Amino acid sequence: MRFFQQKQHPHLSSYLAITVISAILLTLSACGDSDNNDDVSNNDATYDITVYNLTNGQPFTPLGIVVHNSAYMPWQLGETVTIGLETLAESGDPSAFLAEANADSAVVMSTSSSNGPFGPGSSETVSITVDHSASLQLTVASMLANTNDAFAGIRNWNIGGLAVGDSASTMARVYDAGTEANDETAGSMPGPAAMGEGFNVVRDDLDRLTVHSGVVTADDGLLTSALNESHRWLGQAAKVVVTRTQ
Amino acid sequence: MTGNTRSTTRNGFRKHSLALALAIGLTTAFAANVSQAATWDVTITNLTNGNHFTPLLVTAHDHDTHLFQVGMPAALPIEHMAECGHLDPLLATPEVGAIDADTIANPATGLLAPGSSTTAMLVTTETHLSIVAMVLPTNDAFLGLESQHIPSEAGTYTYYVNAYDAGTEANDEVLMTAGACSYTDSGMMPGAPGMDAGMNGTGVATADSNTMIHVHRGVLGDQDTAGGNSDLDSTIHRWQNPVAKITVTVTP
Repeated sequence: MRFFQQKQHPHLSSYLAITVISAILLTLSACGDSDNNDDVSNNDATYDITVYNLTNGQPFTPLGIVVHNSAYMPWQLGETVTIGLETLAESGDPSAFLAEANADSAVVMSTSSSNGPFGPGSSETVSITVDHSASLQLTVASMLANTNDAFAGIRNWNIGGLAVGDSASTMARVYDAGTEANDETAGSMPGPAAMGEGFNVVRDDLDRLTVHSGVVTADDGLLTSALNESHRWLGQAAKVVVTRTQ
Repeated sequence: MTGNTRSTTRNGFRKHSLALALAIGLTTAFAANVSQAATWDVTITNLTNGNHFTPLLVTAHDHDTHLFQVGMPAALPIEHMAECGHLDPLLATPEVGAIDADTIANPATGLLAPGSSTTAMLVTTETHLSIVAMVLPTNDAFLGLESQHIPSEAGTYTYYVNAYDAGTEANDEVLMTAGACSYTDSGMMPGAPGMDAGMNGTGVATADSNTMIHVHRGVLGDQDTAGGNSDLDSTIHRWQNPVAKITVTVTP
């Protein structure tokens, strides 16, 4: 997806560096675990997390994925969002959101999908391995790239109760981060329909999280919109399926 | 608008029941079957403002059976249902099978109007429920309950379902003016039962970007009954999800 590379991402290089370091750390910890592969008391749980893009015209940016217990609260309706979530919702870059998660003692691990944005009809799967506990919860967030600050998300979804071989499925609604006016102009949205700005620190909207009212588009009378009717969605934008494989 | 017009339930034995009956005697098998089966009273309510549902398919099955899966391509029988409201192709699939005690077609004996409800009574030993019907007037929108697990305990369980886009036809929002609906048509909505649509629309959209089954983005419509892009009325035919409420009352 060309737009993601063409966009200026001030955090992209650091994001990549963090990813590489995280990958190394993960590899190291995986090496440590591999010594215990034959140990029947091994408490590892592996989850395959698949996100389906159920929109017609909205690329999803790389997934921000956090596994945690119930004390972690990534967002709340009616409340101001963090700068990390604002960055994710406006630019698609999940690194600041994940860094905030990592600083939270209730977070077990966080990661991102690695294949860049993925379009309508596509899916992305991330496999994670963590120490199992019955209280594990999952949070996933991804920007709808052809918007000002919309993201699809699920939060605090219990996955700790899944037995090996079990799957569970849920649908993600679309939230408005409330940090950028929904003007839908070409200059203000980073996705391929606009190629405009991503993150901007100015908060010129409600500055609180709401359920997104959808995009209006030029086809429905917002003549300054860079979007057309194909970019609309209704309510839920993604399906999230989690399968425990270990 | 054609569609399946057969009336509700016909009693019938499943194949395994029939084999069992042949093996150990009809009376015994029938009694055993009845004692294990639960009754599901399934009520479907149309929650939209201005959309009709074509004849509903209500079918019980095991946990491995999927009539459709959101995020995956629509099989041809689903395309028939979503584009034209035809149920016969689904009733010919091994996943659904013929109409019997736990596969009921067209409980409303026709279209289900906005605000209306219908009930299908299933007698089943199965664990999962799927329900589909086309949303009219659209190109290929359908309401779908996707392989929902139904508890075996007595009680009433409520589910709300989305309208999905089969991903198989351009949402041009242009009404057919003649002929019978076919899944091979490119575009063209088969009917507007509320008699509240326009005409001469030039077409809203070309082919879907998402060719999988996905959450329908809704219709656009316009306020030009004699032209414009759409034959739909933007003040009547839009919806928000959920489009249907489903209650299942289980009697073990």
